[in-house]
Amino acid sequence: MSEHPTTATPYLGAMVGDYIRILKPRVMSLVVFTGFVGLVLAPGHLHPALAAVAVLCIAVGAGASGAINMWYDRDIDAVMRRTANRPLPAGRMLPGEALGFGIVLAAWSVAIMGLAINWVAAELLALTIAFYVVIYTIWLKRRTPQNIVIGGAAGALPPIVGWAAVTGDVGWGAVALFAIIFFWTPPHFWALSLYRAGEYEKAGVPMLPVVAGPRETRRQMLLYTLMLWPASVAPWLLGLAGPVYAAAAGGLSVLFTVFAIRVWHDGSDRSARQMFAFSLLYLFLVFALLLADHIGFGFTGIGR
Amino acid sequence: MSAAGIELSMDERERRMRARNRALLVVLLSLVVLFYVIALVRMSGG
Repeated sequence: MSEHPTTATPYLGAMVGDYIRILKPRVMSLVVFTGFVGLVLAPGHLHPALAAVAVLCIAVGAGASGAINMWYDRDIDAVMRRTANRPLPAGRMLPGEALGFGIVLAAWSVAIMGLAINWVAAELLALTIAFYVVIYTIWLKRRTPQNIVIGGAAGALPPIVGWAAVTGDVGWGAVALFAIIFFWTPPHFWALSLYRAGEYEKAGVPMLPVVAGPRETRRQMLLYTLMLWPASVAPWLLGLAGPVYAAAAGGLSVLFTVFAIRVWHDGSDRSARQMFAFSLLYLFLVFALLLADHIGFGFTGIGR
Repeated sequence: MSAAGIELSMDERERRMRARNRALLVVLLSLVVLFYVIALVRMSGG
């Protein structure tokens, strides 16, 4: 992989927007939201200004992970249509710029989290970044179809970081939030990889549909949506949310499984796309329900 | 590439550099404000 872009036009330097693009703002928005919910649901009190700093650190840490991921994956990003226009494969940014930017942001987010909030949250944030970069991006992604199952832990850690920002430790409630995202990640990513399998194959990434075929992928997606049922109601079982939350989250999980059954039955790209879109809505709604329940929009019940 | 093309590229390069410098200034000023707020809150026992 060369250091300099190979485009015919002279290198003009990255645009400001490119620095934002390599932070993966769409991924960051989900990370920030789930981290924020972890912070709000945690027992205890954190000054609102410090809570905002903690969320900022989670956002910057997530962005740093994205930037280092784009630096490492620039060769396969250039092969896949979905990612070919990212700043590095498109030649708008030098690899060193992206790596340096990512490392500085990672160090900054961990240091500020430690100095302003607490060092348990900072260590967990460092673990999240390291897990995403080293375990997922560098080690697993190109080696095993279980890449997003194990690597999914990185995406599931932000609520634990948010929780630890308030309490200074990791409670069972935080583990329940982790479990929801952990079991949600495989069906979410495999829905995408089902209709992008050709691109992953071209890039040499052993996603499950490429290695085990679409039928096995659809079967495992269905299994993971079933494992999501107990995980989604776990906050209620732990007294973190009320029965209305449990009913709504359970209903959403059933609906998610219905999408998985449709994908399993018809095997079309269309149903996989619909499941991918619903998976994003699912995670947002489950965490929004937890937030609404906690704030007390008439959701509080005997489970608390 | 023609001379006019190279000139255009240089203009674009300078424009991007200026935009990056301004963005960096905004980030640095935001950091000053952030550290100030953190210091105030921590000193007040928050």
